[in-house]
Amino acid sequence: MSLLTLTQVGKRFDNGTAALSGLSFGVAEGEFVSLLGPSGCGKSTALRLIAGLIAPDRGDIVWRGTRPEMGFVFQEPTLMPWADALTNARLPLDLNHLPRAEANDRAAAALARLGLKGFEAAYPRELSGGMKMRVSIARAMAARPKLLLMDEPFAALDEITRTGLNDDLLALTGQDNITVIFVTHSVMESAYLSSRVLVMSPRPGRITADIALSPGPHDRLSLEFAQAQRRIATALLEAA
Amino acid sequence: MKRGFDILFPVLLGVALLALWQWVVTAKQIPLYVLPPPLAIAEALINNFTSLMASLFATLRVTMEAFLAAMIAGVAVAVLFSQSRLAERVLYPYAVILQVTPVVAIAPLILIWIGFDRVETALVLIAALVAFFPILSNTTLGLKSADFNLMELMRLYGASRWQILWRLQLPSALPYLLGALKIAGGLALIGAVVAEFVAGSGTATGLAWRIVEAGNRLEIATMFAALGLLAALGVAIFAALSGVEYLLLRRWHESALKRPS
Repeated sequence: MSLLTLTQVGKRFDNGTAALSGLSFGVAEGEFVSLLGPSGCGKSTALRLIAGLIAPDRGDIVWRGTRPEMGFVFQEPTLMPWADALTNARLPLDLNHLPRAEANDRAAAALARLGLKGFEAAYPRELSGGMKMRVSIARAMAARPKLLLMDEPFAALDEITRTGLNDDLLALTGQDNITVIFVTHSVMESAYLSSRVLVMSPRPGRITADIALSPGPHDRLSLEFAQAQRRIATALLEAA
Repeated sequence: MKRGFDILFPVLLGVALLALWQWVVTAKQIPLYVLPPPLAIAEALINNFTSLMASLFATLRVTMEAFLAAMIAGVAVAVLFSQSRLAERVLYPYAVILQVTPVVAIAPLILIWIGFDRVETALVLIAALVAFFPILSNTTLGLKSADFNLMELMRLYGASRWQILWRLQLPSALPYLLGALKIAGGLALIGAVVAEFVAGSGTATGLAWRIVEAGNRLEIATMFAALGLLAALGVAIFAALSGVEYLLLRRWHESALKRPS
């Protein structure tokens, strides 16, 4: 059963740009869904609509029951430069007025899960790009989300860091049974991470292909992985 | 080592310039009432030390009160502007008018309205008006420069307006505010001096009044001594505010970070 369903969702911005038109898809609990499409096709807009940061002009976004606790990870780490890693990871808990001791424990545990034990007092400028992104993911995880929205979070990272973060993300979301909607440009990344890949058309974006895969991680050297990439790339080219 | 040179070279240059000044005035026999030599200025400073120090503290008090008033008002109005586009549209043009109107032109009016029996209040108000705008302008810019994605993230986590202001916008605006305070510190001093000039002798007791009074008596060395104290006060205010800036930004802001050379 779908955790959320988007039906014929449309969005046009004030400058007249139609970002989305007739966007329809559902996401089931525990799925890892990648939204894949060319630049400017409305992937990020779809994510912001789901987060409730903007409202659709047309169509419906329906949740099963109440809207779940959500986490959001941007392409940039989006950390507070004046605050240390622990304070950054604690942000959602502070905003919800959780007692300081409990918030500290949860944020420290989230950092430790992301491999940042011992870096609680480090400021963002003292961390590498990959570590900053880990803090950003720890911040999202500290809120114990049911749904994690990720907007090209690893696009600016080098291949080795990206691969490591892909594996850590799958492990964490798998352990906590978190549903993930993951925006990416990368065919390989979507094939590696996802249990489903939704391919979008150029602007105004809509879904042109819905490709089901076995849940990740996949063996990057396997024939099955190569075939999955081929299916996704073909759908992407057809959508363009 | 480098820091030592940073201090040593300007000091050596200053000593050399003073020596040259002393030599030129003595060699060319320039009259004292035109250009007194540095040693005569130092003598005037020593002879009038108590009264000059009293004047220095009077100017410092006006400057500090004006600076604090401008800071509180500037930050408060900037916060208002960041929270209400309407308030900014309505009030910002008046803030600009206040900024571009020469303070010398409105100082007499302020003195009349507030009254010569409360001249210090008038001096503080005039100096605060001079220092107000850079704080307002920079802090408004800083509050609006907060990371948009972080703001959206906070909204997603249910942050209130107050939480976004306190946890995101104010820290984002801090470097802008501190930059503005360094400008405003100097402007508050300039405003205090201008206000003292306008208030005239007998009503104000600061260094500007001492300059006017010494000029009237042709005590040019005392004039220079008062001028030197004003310059030293300006430098001290700037150095103190630079220190505060360093303390608050040293751990995280690009401007305060040391890089390998």
